[in-house]
Amino acid sequence: MLLNIQEQGEIVKIEVKEERMDAHNSGDLKEQMLQLFDEGKCNLVIDLSAVRFVDSSGLGALVSGFKNASARDGSLKLCSLQPQVRSMFELTRLHRVFEIFISVEEALESF
Amino acid sequence: MKKHWKASKAFASVNSAGKKVTMSKKIEIDITVPNQTKYLAVIGKIAESLAHSLGYFSDDKLELAYQLNLVLTEAMTNAICHANECDPNKEVKVSLSVADNQLKICVFDQGSGFDIDALSKIEACDTDEGGRGVPIIFKLMDQVEYKKSATGHVLEMLKFLK
Repeated sequence: MLLNIQEQGEIVKIEVKEERMDAHNSGDLKEQMLQLFDEGKCNLVIDLSAVRFVDSSGLGALVSGFKNASARDGSLKLCSLQPQVRSMFELTRLHRVFEIFISVEEALESF
Repeated sequence: MKKHWKASKAFASVNSAGKKVTMSKKIEIDITVPNQTKYLAVIGKIAESLAHSLGYFSDDKLELAYQLNLVLTEAMTNAICHANECDPNKEVKVSLSVADNQLKICVFDQGSGFDIDALSKIEACDTDEGGRGVPIIFKLMDQVEYKKSATGHVLEMLKFLK
């Protein structure tokens, strides 16, 4: 999975540069986040602007990151969801779990 | 990957009263793919294209395309990773068909089966990483059945198009 990772102070921004997040590639995101947690980085912003499709495996990877960040007193926030991706969070009611922001800037400012 | 298209032409004609009449349209697509998740994207794209080609249904096309992509992705992931246990020597067969206002999706695995009704009733907790696939299929399709086939099991999913 193609990911663009940038550190901005205490916050790590991960831009998912894929059109699809599914069982084929979501494991990569999960692994990458676990590596960041191991390095003590636990405030993450996941930029989903390029993502057009997410399945339950993609959601599972994000939930894994959310749980691990919270367990380390950090947080994982999402931003820039396309409408169909947003609907997927509503279908599974995960929009109540994640903090979701319109833009990267808003997500970064919320910390 | 083997792909097979069967499509009968849609007949549009004008009857004696001058009213446009559209005859029934039938499409059937059969695809066989190796038991690997890298094929999920290809099959998902085919499902989306099919949704866009259903010219005479008034449902939101983008939504229907996403739903079919999603349902097929979830069903294939179950077949590849769970039923076929990621065995590279196995394969998954997919059949998509549309007749009148009924869309049928079948996903054939080569596994020994599982209790789909039990899985459908489990509501994933907010912080569960897995367990959302089968409930999504049940939410988006009108009828779901998982039964034995000649070489394993088949997940049959029906949607009535509006």
